[in-house]
Amino acid sequence: MWSMLRSTWAFRYFIVSSIKTEFMSRFIRSRIGGIWMIINPLVQVCIYALILSSLLSARLPELADQTYGYAIYLTAGILCWSLFSDVVTRCLTIFIENGNILKKMVFPKICLPLITTGTALVNNGLLLLAIIAVFAVLGHGVSPSILLLPVLTALTLALALGFGIVLGILNVFIRDIGQVIPLVLQIGFWFTPVVYVPSVLPDGLRAMLFLNPLYPLVSAYHEVLVFGRTPDLSALTGTALLAFGLMAAGMFMFRRAGAEMVDVL
Amino acid sequence: MTATVLHVDGLGKAFRTYRSEWSRVLSWFGGKPDILKEQWVLRNIGFRVAPGEAIGLVGQNGAGKSTLLKLITGTLRPTAGRVDVHGRIAAILELGMGMNPEFTGRQNVYNVAGLMGFTRDRIDTLMPEIKDFAEIGDYFDQPLRIYSSGMQMRVAFSVATAVKPDILIVDEALSVGDAYFQHKSFDRIREFREHGTTLLIVSHDRSAIQTLCDRAILLERGAQIKDGTPEEVMDLYNALLAERQEQTVEVRRHDTGRTQTVSGTLEAVVQDIGLFNGRDEPVEFVNVGDPVTLRIRVRIDRSLPRLVLGYMIKDRLGQTMFGTNTFHTEQILEDLEAGSVVTYTAAFHANLGPGSYSIATALVSSDTHLINNYEWRDLALMFTVSNHDKPYFIGTAWVPPSIRIER
Repeated sequence: MWSMLRSTWAFRYFIVSSIKTEFMSRFIRSRIGGIWMIINPLVQVCIYALILSSLLSARLPELADQTYGYAIYLTAGILCWSLFSDVVTRCLTIFIENGNILKKMVFPKICLPLITTGTALVNNGLLLLAIIAVFAVLGHGVSPSILLLPVLTALTLALALGFGIVLGILNVFIRDIGQVIPLVLQIGFWFTPVVYVPSVLPDGLRAMLFLNPLYPLVSAYHEVLVFGRTPDLSALTGTALLAFGLMAAGMFMFRRAGAEMVDVL
Repeated sequence: MTATVLHVDGLGKAFRTYRSEWSRVLSWFGGKPDILKEQWVLRNIGFRVAPGEAIGLVGQNGAGKSTLLKLITGTLRPTAGRVDVHGRIAAILELGMGMNPEFTGRQNVYNVAGLMGFTRDRIDTLMPEIKDFAEIGDYFDQPLRIYSSGMQMRVAFSVATAVKPDILIVDEALSVGDAYFQHKSFDRIREFREHGTTLLIVSHDRSAIQTLCDRAILLERGAQIKDGTPEEVMDLYNALLAERQEQTVEVRRHDTGRTQTVSGTLEAVVQDIGLFNGRDEPVEFVNVGDPVTLRIRVRIDRSLPRLVLGYMIKDRLGQTMFGTNTFHTEQILEDLEAGSVVTYTAAFHANLGPGSYSIATALVSSDTHLINNYEWRDLALMFTVSNHDKPYFIGTAWVPPSIRIER
C-alpha cells in the first residue's frame, strides 16, 4: 500500500499533465478551444432553467413557491448523478482501453483511475459554476450551506471510484460486465430522485429508495442547492461506509489482480 | 562476487485458463483456483548480468523472447521465480507509445517523459538535449500528425534515451529511420555502454549479435537451452532452424516474414536443394568469395519432352543478383521418363556482399516459365554471406580491386 502511494506520488506530474492533455486534446483543433468547456455546461443548465421550469414546475407541489424550483432541483440532482455515472462508466473500461500502454510501459496502474477522477472533477466543477452563475442571474442565490458541497462531492466520488475500480477490474476478465453496467446505470438513474421528487412515488417503491446508496447523497445535494439547508450528514453514514468498503475492496482486488490483468488484455 | 544489475532466477510464466472467470476472481479472495489449463510460455529461465555486459537474446518466433523482456521490464508478472533489477530500465521496444498525433513534438515529449516517471522540472532540463538529438528543426513545435514516420521515431528515440539507463533493452525493430539517424542511435547506445549501461538485444541477425554482444542466450519453446558465447549460441540456433526446415510444407512463412510460394503443374519438382562448401558439407553461412556448390535434385513425376532448370540468387529485398538457366547454358534435357531423378550441380564463387540471400528455382520446358511451368519455387533455399577475411566493403557484389597508389 505504501509503495503504491509512493510510486503514485512519483508520477504526480504524469497524472496532472494527462488530465490537462485530456482536455486539450478535446479542443485542440477548435478555434475557441477551452471556452467550449464552459459553453457546454452553461447551455445545458440554461435549457433546464428556462425550458423545463415553465413546463414542469406545476407538477411538483414542494417547489411550487419558486419559479425555477424544479430547474434547480433537477440540476442539483444532475450535478450529483453525472459525477457518479461519469466516473463509473469511464473506470469500467479504463483498463481495457489502455491495454496497449499497460502491456508495454511500466507505470503505476492506479494512475489511470486518478486521471479519470481529475477529469471528472474538473467537468463537475465547471457544471457547478455554470449552475451557480445561471441561477444567480435568475435571482436564486446560494446559501452558506454550499460550503458542505465539497464533502458531498468527495463522498460521491469515493462511491463512484469504489464501484468503478471494482467493476473495471472485473470487466477486464469478464467482459459482459461492460455491457451490463451501462444498463444498470440507466435503471439506477430512474431509481434515483433526480427528475422527480420522492413524494410522487407510491409508498412501496419509496421505501425501497433507501436501498439506493445514491439517494441520501442526491437528497443532500438538494438540501444544499435547492433549499439552502444544512443536510443531515448522519443520513449519509451508510453511503459513506459502503463507499469506504468498496474502495477497500477495489484496492485489494487491484493488488491481487494487477499481476493477471496484463495477461488477458 | 561481482555486481549484478539483472538477476533472473527460476523464472517461469504461465497463462492460465480458468474453468470460469469467477473462479479466478474468487482466487484473489483466497478461494481455491479452478485452473482448467496452464500454458507455460517460459520455464526455468535463469541468468545473471553484470554491469556493462551486452547480452543477445535469440530464438525463433514464439520462443518466448518478448515475454521474457516483458517480465524483465515488469509489465508482466512472473508465475514462478523472480527477476531482480538493480537500476532503471529503458526499453526501446515500442517507440511512440503514448504519443498523440494532435500535439506538437514538444508536448508529446512532456507526455511520454511523464509516462516514464519524470517530473516537469526534469523534463524541462532534458528538453533542449532531446530537441537537439532529434534534429527535426522547426517541426518540433508542430503537430505530430504532419511528421513523417522517421521524424516521429526520431523524437520517440530521443525521449526514450534522454537519460542514461542502467539497462537498455533494444529490439531489432530499431532499424527504422534513415541511415544517418540509425548511426546516431547506435552511437548513443555504444556511448551508454561505455559508461556502464547493460545492453539486452533481441535479434535474429547473426552479425548484430556477434558484433555487439559479449554473451548470448538461446530460447526455444520457452526454455533456455543455451547461455554462452555469441558464436556457439548462434551455431546452435542455426542448427535448430535447419532441423525445422526438414519438416516444411509447400507454402510456408519464412523467418523473415516472407511467404514462400510454389506454383506450377508439378510434373517435375525440386525434391532437394542444398548449398555445399568446398569440403562438400552443407552450409548456411558462406564467407565472401568462397567456392560453393548448389545441388538441386529434380524428380520427374510425368514423362516430359524437355526440361530446363533455372535458378536465381536474390538479396533480402528480392532483387535478383544473378540468374541463369540450362537453356542459356545449352544443357537442355529431352525425353524424360516419369519417376526418374535428375541432379544438377552448379559450382560458383559466392562473390556477394555480406547479407542474406535466397535462391529461387524454376523447372520449365524452354527459356521462360510462361510456357510449361512445371514448378516455380521461391525461397527454395536461404543462405547468409558474411565477411570473415576480406577487407571491409559494402554492397551486394564482391568486386575485389587491386588498388595502386602513386604519389
